[in-house]
Formats: sequence, C-alpha cells, structure tokens
Amino acid sequence: MTAYTATVTVRLKRGVLDPEAETTKRSLERLGFELSGLRSADRFEIDLEADSPAAAKETATEMTERLLANPTIHDYEVSVAAAGQS
Amino acid sequence: MTVAVVQFGGSNCDRDAVRALTHLGIDAKRVWHEDGLPSETTGVILPGGFSYGDYLRAGAMAARSPIMNEIRSAAEAGTPVLGVCNGAQIGCESGLTEGAFTTNKRARFQCEPVYLRVERADTPWTAAYEAGDVIEVPIAHGEGRFEITDERYDRLEADDRILFRYCAPDGSVTEAANPNGSIGNVAGILGESNHVAVLMPHPERATLPDIGGTDGAGVLRAFA
Repeated sequence: MTAYTATVTVRLKRGVLDPEAETTKRSLERLGFELSGLRSADRFEIDLEADSPAAAKETATEMTERLLANPTIHDYEVSVAAAGQS
Repeated sequence: MTVAVVQFGGSNCDRDAVRALTHLGIDAKRVWHEDGLPSETTGVILPGGFSYGDYLRAGAMAARSPIMNEIRSAAEAGTPVLGVCNGAQIGCESGLTEGAFTTNKRARFQCEPVYLRVERADTPWTAAYEAGDVIEVPIAHGEGRFEITDERYDRLEADDRILFRYCAPDGSVTEAANPNGSIGNVAGILGESNHVAVLMPHPERATLPDIGGTDGAGVLRAFA
C-alpha cells in the first residue's frame, strides 16, 4: 500500500445557476474590477492508502459519486498523486 | 401507530412537527436517527433544520445516515414519508425524490409566507384540498431552488409528480410568485409512489391556529 493524495474538484454543471458565484462577481465589480465571468468550485484533497494510483482514483471516484458531488447538479474531476506531491 | 419525526444533529423543526401532528390527534414522537425506526412506525417525517450545518450541501450528510436505508425500505413497504424543508433536501439527496434543492436564486435566506397551488388532490398529502386550491404556508430556507435536468423535469411533469407550485394569490404560476428561482415554480414533489413527498414550505408552521393560518394541516392529515 502506498500513500496517495486524491484531488477532487466538484463544480456546478454548465447551465446550472450559481447565485454564490454571481454574488461574488458583483462584489468584485463593486471593488472596481472588470470581469466577464466567474465560476466557483469545491476542491477536496483526500489522503488515502492504495495499491496503485488507479486504485486510489477508483476509491476517490466512488467517494465523490456517493457523497462529495450531487450528479443532478455537479460535474467532477479526480486526479491522484503520490502523497505530498499534489 | 406512531409517526416517527427523525432528528439529525441540527434538525430544529422536529418539535414543531410533533406538536402540529399531536394537535391533529395524530400520535407522533421524535426519533434520534442513530436509534433507528421504532417497530411501531406508521409514518415518517424528515423535519426542517440545518442538519450537519448544511455542510457540503444541505441534507447531504443526513441523507447518508443508516436510518435512511430503513426509511427507504419503509417507503417501499407503503409507509408514508414526508420531507419538509431540510427534510426535503435530505429526501432529494437520498434519492427518495428526484432533483435537488440548491441555493436560492437571490443567494439569500428567505423567511416569508408564500402561496402554493395544489397541483393534484389525489394523493394522501393533498386529499384535504381540491386540485387548483391555493394555500398559504411559510418558507424558511436559503437552499430551496429546485433544480433538475430539463429531460427529468419533463418526465416529472409527464408523470404528474409535481405536488405544489409557488403561485400568486389567485393561483397563477408566475415568475414574480417564485421566491427562489425553482424550475417550474416547483415547491413540492412526489417520489415514485404517491405516499412519498417532499416540500420546501412548512405545513407544520401552518397547522396550529394559535400561531397563524391552518392551511398546512391538510398535508399532515395524510398521517391520520
């Protein structure tokens, strides 16, 4: 077993309204910045032991599908690196 | 016969639900989620609140509590299950109902009375009403905007699973009457079976005459 860190990024699907990002964008504009768009995402860094990077990714993907993301509104990406290198 | 009002860490409408049911002469008690469903359970309410601080997504953690497996089995066996507010979010997160309740369009917590149009009266939750009736019930949520893919929304409509829509006092379903940006003004939906339902508004807060209207009592009478 090797120590890995899986990085999971969960973001709203394209087309799903993101009021928090809209509010953040407006606040930046109020500070005088010019921007044409802003999207936010959640990022999880999961430390876990696995036999291989593929096995670590499989476990992290299952974690994501079962809890971290809601398939109705979210898309997600999972990447894996040896622990301490992400 | 007892309605189990399931408490999670952070539930806060459980007492209100028990009090409203008791007022209607329906036996109800609070059940801590880790204790599991009592054998005498004849109905289940997932009450409002902020289970697990709304961490991750509202209802996400509670929906993964082991008691949800028992509730799913009970629902499959015909036990009526109602999710209110945070309970509705838990219902969608757990797959009891389709779609998701997420951040309000205006990104604000909204606590106000709203009007709901009864979309169908041939369910346990709406037997006290006529289809097209307008009832006044309060909402209190920051994440109540119903989201679902267009394809699934079309199927919900085709299958007649929409129970309540936000509306104007005259029953017209308008954008102005939509408090949170929900697709189709959806305020409440049915699960696969008519005895499973979730809604964001609080019928238990519109049941006791002493604290206002009683328009919500009909929803809870499903447990009688």
